[in-house]
Amino acid sequence: MYEFNHLKKNLKREFNPKTKLKVALLGDTATQFLAIAIQGYALEEHIGIELYEAPYNQIDLQFKNPNSDLHTFNPDFVIVFEAETKLKDDFYKTPLDQRDQFSNYKISQVEDYLNIATTTLNAKLLYFNYAEANDQVFGNFGSQYEKSYIYQCRKLNFGLSKLANTHTGLYIVDLLSQQARFGIDFIKDQKMLIQADMYFSIDFLPYVAKAVSDIIKAQLGVFKKCLILDLDNTVWGGVIGDDGMNNIQIGGLGIGKVFTKIQKWAKELKNRGIILCVASKNTESIALEPFKKHQEMVLREEDISVFMANWDNKVSNIQKIQEILNIGFDSMVFIDDNPFEREMVKQNLPLVTVPDLPEDPAAYLDYINSLNLFETAGVSDNDAKRTEQYKEEAKRVQAKAYFSNEEEFLASLEMKGLVEPLNDFNLPRLSQLSLRSNQFNLRTIRFDEEELKRFAANPDHQVLAISLTDKYGDNGLIAAVFLSKQQNDLFIHNWIMSCRVLKRNVEQFTLNSIFNYAKENNCTTITGEYIATSKNGIVENHYKDLGFKHQNNYWHLDLADYKPFETQITTI
Amino acid sequence: MNTQQIIHELNLIFEDVIDEGKVELSLDTTAKDVEGWDSLNHVQIIYAIEQKYGIKFNLTEIQSLNNVGDLVNLISGKI
Repeated sequence: MYEFNHLKKNLKREFNPKTKLKVALLGDTATQFLAIAIQGYALEEHIGIELYEAPYNQIDLQFKNPNSDLHTFNPDFVIVFEAETKLKDDFYKTPLDQRDQFSNYKISQVEDYLNIATTTLNAKLLYFNYAEANDQVFGNFGSQYEKSYIYQCRKLNFGLSKLANTHTGLYIVDLLSQQARFGIDFIKDQKMLIQADMYFSIDFLPYVAKAVSDIIKAQLGVFKKCLILDLDNTVWGGVIGDDGMNNIQIGGLGIGKVFTKIQKWAKELKNRGIILCVASKNTESIALEPFKKHQEMVLREEDISVFMANWDNKVSNIQKIQEILNIGFDSMVFIDDNPFEREMVKQNLPLVTVPDLPEDPAAYLDYINSLNLFETAGVSDNDAKRTEQYKEEAKRVQAKAYFSNEEEFLASLEMKGLVEPLNDFNLPRLSQLSLRSNQFNLRTIRFDEEELKRFAANPDHQVLAISLTDKYGDNGLIAAVFLSKQQNDLFIHNWIMSCRVLKRNVEQFTLNSIFNYAKENNCTTITGEYIATSKNGIVENHYKDLGFKHQNNYWHLDLADYKPFETQITTI
Repeated sequence: MNTQQIIHELNLIFEDVIDEGKVELSLDTTAKDVEGWDSLNHVQIIYAIEQKYGIKFNLTEIQSLNNVGDLVNLISGKI
């Protein structure tokens, strides 16, 4: 972990962050160091934060006064940190007969802030939960007595989680998990608290800053999508090629429990929608055997989307996995016990995250967990299906080799496309796609569910969501356009697509749908725009390739000149 | 460890925390005399000294410091 002073020095160094954000920080203790740590850490992640730090102890005022500096600042994110010590003071001020209502009162306050953040400020709210420090006024009994501080503090923490679970725009900075990991004596510095009214210890500040930065990154659509596993001494103990299936260590054998734990964890990630792949130096049939036959294996063949076991080097295998999955290297994590292999991957594929595992396998999992590699901005039911979809994709890639020309191949896929407006069913997936797509994203406009609903509520707006099935399976919702009618022109507010379906003529199919919508709504032209980011280079010529004409930084299409494309996708 | 040696090490700590170039402390230097030695940096400096020498100051000790000489005495009394 970086040291606080390193993060502080970052603020003086030259950075050219790709992303710039406005963040407001509000606290009931002195937050100067926290502000420095958050800004300094974000720079390490190529995020430049313009920060507004509210004066000490003005949380309520800043939110509720519409002319406050917070409102004028117009932030993208508002971070609120209330210290557990101040919470205690508030609790003690509460009359005895109202203490059982203390957490309810606090929750309704947070709800007010959330409301202001999302509706007036149009910002996301990051709220710290509270470290749980029992005041021991009731001893152990406090944990079962409603009017004790610790009972109310715990209820408040759970209330925050519930609130965030049912509302968009609220994200919990999970200080409580950090407390469980480090202990309150590490988190809090009593001396600084008294001397300077600062809560966090200098050593802990970088960890808080990482938590904040992880959440912000996930909100920006930067997160891991794929876990690539080595096999020997990573997924099981021993070397399958030498030891044979019956002697590798899993479950009851040797230190097998260590590897069982890792497998269970990987399986949970898979269930959450992380794509699992294997990159191992082995003969494929031998490496596959445990996945098929070993009784104590938790991971089975169907859990792995792309299985690369051969004698090529790991770099080229990871490159192949990347080609098949069509996701960025920066969304991949590679786990391997061998420092040499790790180094080789790091040097050749610097964007792939390669944790430096500790030497003792028993410490692997705790170490990996401490890195918090799989932050997410939300989950949808579709996530769990992702493995299947990518497995199908791997089959498609293999099938492609058998066809001499592209059209023949596409026709063989028997693709069916469904075009729908926004509805309750596709809302979460649409929002996910808009938050996750980095490469095929023309204007990189992101919508959470609330923002999407708001966009679609405008009668001049229309969302077209495209789902695709083919003979290998259901691809689910894979593309969307966000349209905005401006007199006779139909402006493409954004166009996004999952890279899994590149080169399937989905672009042409989508444009045909836009064209139909434009015609039905008496438009004569369609306008699009490409806003370059560091990631969306693949769509630089998107509009040009579809026959749009470039003019004043925009791309135009005359409906009169347009002949719908022939695609191999049947509309359903 | 002699006074000169401690002052030399303090110079380095101050330079690292304040990050505004060279610092030359003497026994009668006070916070007023050093640009950037404000209350925030002070908190960090005290912490860095504790780390460096593996010692802990209590609040009374910290509050009774008037100049670098006091600080040096406090340190040498603990190491």
